[in-house]
Amino acid sequence: MAYQSILVVGGGISGLTAAVEAAEAGSEVYLVEKKPYLGGRVAQMNRYFPKLCPPNCGLEINFKRIKQNPRIKFFTLAEIEKIEGKEGDFTVTVKSNPRYVNQNCTACGKCTEVCPVERSNEYNYGLDKTKAIYKAHEFAFPMKYVVDNDVCQGSECGKCVSACQYNAIELDMAVKSFNLNVGSIVWATGWEAYDASKIDYYGFGQHQNVITNVMMERIAAPNGPTGGKVVRPSDGKEVESIAFVQCAGSRDVNNLTYCSGVCCMASLKQATYVKEKNPDAKVSMFYIDVRAMGKYEEFYTKVQDGISMIKGKVGEITEDPLTKDLIIQVENQLTGEILKEKVDMVVLATGMVPSTVDTKLPIAINYDEDGFIVSDSQQPGIYGAGCVKKPLDVASSVKDATAAALKAIQSTVRR
Amino acid sequence: MDKKTGVYICTGCGIGESLDIEGLSKVATKEGKVPVCKSHPFFCGPEGVALIKSDIENEGVNTVVIAGCSSRVNYDVFDFGPSLLMERANIREQVIWCHPANDEDTQMMAEDALRMSLAKAAHIQLPEAYQGQNMVKTILVVGGGLSGITAALEAAKAGYETVVVEKSPVLGGWMNSLFKQAPLKFPYDSPEDVDIASRVKELEAQSGVKIYTNAEIKEIAGAPGMFDVTINQNGNTIQERIGSVILATGAVPYDPTKLEQLGYGKYANVVTATQMEEIASKGKIVRPADGKEVQSIAFIQCAGSRDPEHLPYCSVECCVESLKQATYLKEQNPEAAVYIFNKDMRTPGQNERLYKRVQQDGAIFVRGEISEISEDDDKNLIIQSKDVLTGSTISTEGVDMVVLATGMVPTTAFGESLVAKAEDSEEVEATEPKVEEILKSNLLNLAYRQGPEMPTLKYGFADSHFICFPYETRRTGIYAAGSVRAPMDAASSIEDATGAAMKAIQCNELTAIGNAVHPRVGDMSFPDFAMSRCTQCKRCTVECPFGAINEDDKFNPLPNPTRCRRCGICMGACPERIISFKNYSVPMIGNMIKAIEVPEEDEEKPRIVIFACENDAYPALDMAGINHLSYNAWVRVIPVRCLGSMNIVWIADTLSKGIDGILLLGCKHGDDYQCHFVKGSELAGIRLGKVAETLNRLDLESDRVRMEQLSIMDYDQIPAMIDGFAERLEELGPNPYKGF
Repeated sequence: MAYQSILVVGGGISGLTAAVEAAEAGSEVYLVEKKPYLGGRVAQMNRYFPKLCPPNCGLEINFKRIKQNPRIKFFTLAEIEKIEGKEGDFTVTVKSNPRYVNQNCTACGKCTEVCPVERSNEYNYGLDKTKAIYKAHEFAFPMKYVVDNDVCQGSECGKCVSACQYNAIELDMAVKSFNLNVGSIVWATGWEAYDASKIDYYGFGQHQNVITNVMMERIAAPNGPTGGKVVRPSDGKEVESIAFVQCAGSRDVNNLTYCSGVCCMASLKQATYVKEKNPDAKVSMFYIDVRAMGKYEEFYTKVQDGISMIKGKVGEITEDPLTKDLIIQVENQLTGEILKEKVDMVVLATGMVPSTVDTKLPIAINYDEDGFIVSDSQQPGIYGAGCVKKPLDVASSVKDATAAALKAIQSTVRR
Repeated sequence: MDKKTGVYICTGCGIGESLDIEGLSKVATKEGKVPVCKSHPFFCGPEGVALIKSDIENEGVNTVVIAGCSSRVNYDVFDFGPSLLMERANIREQVIWCHPANDEDTQMMAEDALRMSLAKAAHIQLPEAYQGQNMVKTILVVGGGLSGITAALEAAKAGYETVVVEKSPVLGGWMNSLFKQAPLKFPYDSPEDVDIASRVKELEAQSGVKIYTNAEIKEIAGAPGMFDVTINQNGNTIQERIGSVILATGAVPYDPTKLEQLGYGKYANVVTATQMEEIASKGKIVRPADGKEVQSIAFIQCAGSRDPEHLPYCSVECCVESLKQATYLKEQNPEAAVYIFNKDMRTPGQNERLYKRVQQDGAIFVRGEISEISEDDDKNLIIQSKDVLTGSTISTEGVDMVVLATGMVPTTAFGESLVAKAEDSEEVEATEPKVEEILKSNLLNLAYRQGPEMPTLKYGFADSHFICFPYETRRTGIYAAGSVRAPMDAASSIEDATGAAMKAIQCNELTAIGNAVHPRVGDMSFPDFAMSRCTQCKRCTVECPFGAINEDDKFNPLPNPTRCRRCGICMGACPERIISFKNYSVPMIGNMIKAIEVPEEDEEKPRIVIFACENDAYPALDMAGINHLSYNAWVRVIPVRCLGSMNIVWIADTLSKGIDGILLLGCKHGDDYQCHFVKGSELAGIRLGKVAETLNRLDLESDRVRMEQLSIMDYDQIPAMIDGFAERLEELGPNPYKGF
């Protein structure tokens, strides 16, 4: 038996793209996403480089493409448990975690008003809180609420259940499993930010005002935890001096040996966030090489004017215990000078780790030393797409995912 | 089709508590004479949906108007099949969630929303898919290098007929000139044998692939699904019917003779990266001047690249290529001295491993700008660079050979510019849209009114401007792949070409069923031209961002429905209003405007019409509602496919109706444009500029019409934007045409 349908695992920009591109060419596609919403990492970004345009703009179009296309079926809060079979004939077991909120939800928000429990909001990297029943974020697609079962007090409380006029909340919803038969699989589960606390001399997790680049995206976002104000976590003070520390963990034998490819551009972009809010802010960027590939060079040329660019790998970041200011120690590689610079906040440009380091596929395929899926996965019919294959920016992820969609289609016509 | 309209007013999500539902129902039943009008507290629930379904099945309702939440949500719940007309009146996000409950103004807003929806529902018809003649799904690949070969092979493997046209006698392109290729496979730290020959062989053996070498495209006429391509092979003319096209003509190295300051052409031992490959292919690496075995070598990075005088961009692959070439010499002679002069070493991703390996091999990396290269009596080369710290000049000892890592220039960057010609011949007004840059580069030779090649953006690359949609071009069904699209290395080119093949296949499949391609996939409507009223003004043919409309000798427009992206920009451009879609037209919007109830002047309730781009501004308005941001309740929102589809007559319709102001909300334009139809919002601005003078002449202050650029994330600015405009209108006083 040969199946014509395609399974895409991961609903970030790569997975969304692979799913939509294949479906628009006529394939039946199942899209499986672990989170309660589609959009993945890009849904947490404030702007894209180099256009400084909002990711929600492109996501809106992609969601519209899903909405109008009956050939795409997507599952949120779902994970892949088992993959059996071979190219053209895979049986995949999907575990569907309960949302505790059913299709009746109109996203009216009454439940959140009465919920007594709070939880750390992972969408904003823990920088604020939501209620136990919450909408993942403003642009969440699908626009349905979800319950965090780890903190919800369950039917003992049940306040949301009675507040909901639409019988949308089912606190006893259970895990379900179901099987899908597909011809091929695109694995696009994306990346995690490198755990910055592993670079102990940078003080992430100890010094409050040392944050990472992914957190900076939320801080700068108008719908983020600070309403778009670039303020430091310790005291909410507006940031007047900031340092971007490049290759925080990347290009480093003790951490990630590879270059994550996007962090230079991301920091240059984030420098514009700071400058836009406060043109007088002092922005420094400490780098080894500035990797503004191709036409991104123009953005680098334009942005660097307002930034003090210092070539050098930061040695250590210490905190002034009284003011919570940070002192950066670095050797300027061009002058040989040892610098000590004091700043309000430090952004660590942490790299990308493929999600396949932590969560491997439930079927044997080839990975490289760093955990990326290699192009020739040795498992016909299964294709990596996006940042599980190598560190990529958004545009490159999209093109890689478009390519993966075609490989997946080839597997279904090969028979 | 005879319409039987059912109006379904949802009272859930606070609607019932905020509005007088009976009053709202009367708009449908009394004013609209709608035969079926029902309300329900939960239309998106199973009972509500069943109610609508039952009316469709039992009562013959074929036109459904749902007054409730935004069409952005519950699209799946309210999907009653393609043979039904569906309209949603947004009274939740854009009315009750951003305006006070049980308020006269809020009620009027909801009633007008329903009136406009009824007007629209009365006007629209089901689109019928366009069916072309003799449509095919064959893919033409122009260029037989790595990208072209990959695109053709990948498309063929999915079962599509493919035609490859390559101008040289053999396939393989630039890869043929390499001694070794940069690593594509783990562990990514050593050059690999060039595998282009095996790729060529695989393509030649693949069924469904036709290869023309020594061949060029003489002309591409027609449109997606039915391109007629004339190929010239050794003087013979061949015709092929083609569905979609991939442009994969690649890039060429930057002309090294322009790099005189680096000694090229002056000193025999200054060579380019391409020459270095040739030298290495021959065996021992010896220098050209005297055949002396090379003991020391300097690679000069960014030879031409990252230089505003030459190529302002980074050419991406040169750092890796130089590292690869450094290994050539180190393999032969581990003691050889290798210097790599660079601005930054750019080896993203796993290329870092090759960089590291070359560092370990003992290469010396020097950061700095080269000021001069000179030669000594022994033909050794002395490299002078500027010290960043002191500004003084540092000189190296003489090296045997210098390799210039020249950047890449896309093949689309050559040829006479059509824009320059236009500017010479006629005065280009500042109010005209920027003319696309098209160079006559003799690659595609499109028989298109707007020029024979792909319009390029920066630096002559035939790329997309969109981060989320990198394959989108301004010529429907023609996709660029590889280094003609953007500077890229071999690994990226393979991915890029595979993705382009996917897009080409998709275009064929969508076109065959009469469907639009990105971004309006699913749209079956296409513009219909009432030719008897055409005045041959050429506005539609000039303004279409996708070159969809050709012209005959008498300047009559010749539409090509399969090139059309269905944005409606031609409809907005047409002064005679002869262009309409079945479900989107000038009179349809006109009737929506006319449906708005305009209170008498003494009621002091001015009215503002907002034309909102449905891709960004409309969702932003929804977001304002979701966040319960409140703004002036005088506004009435009309979504448009693109602000570029706004016809100036709507301004006249609105003002002559006595409505006090018009706010146009479109996407950002300019260099970093966000308009999904490239120049829709820009065109709307230009049209508006032209209308301002007329308004003033009619004693209608041009301030009554305002245009704002609004992204989807700018919803927090909406209240200030609307309220500020309302204040200005108050200053202006009521529209003098009110009550006429």
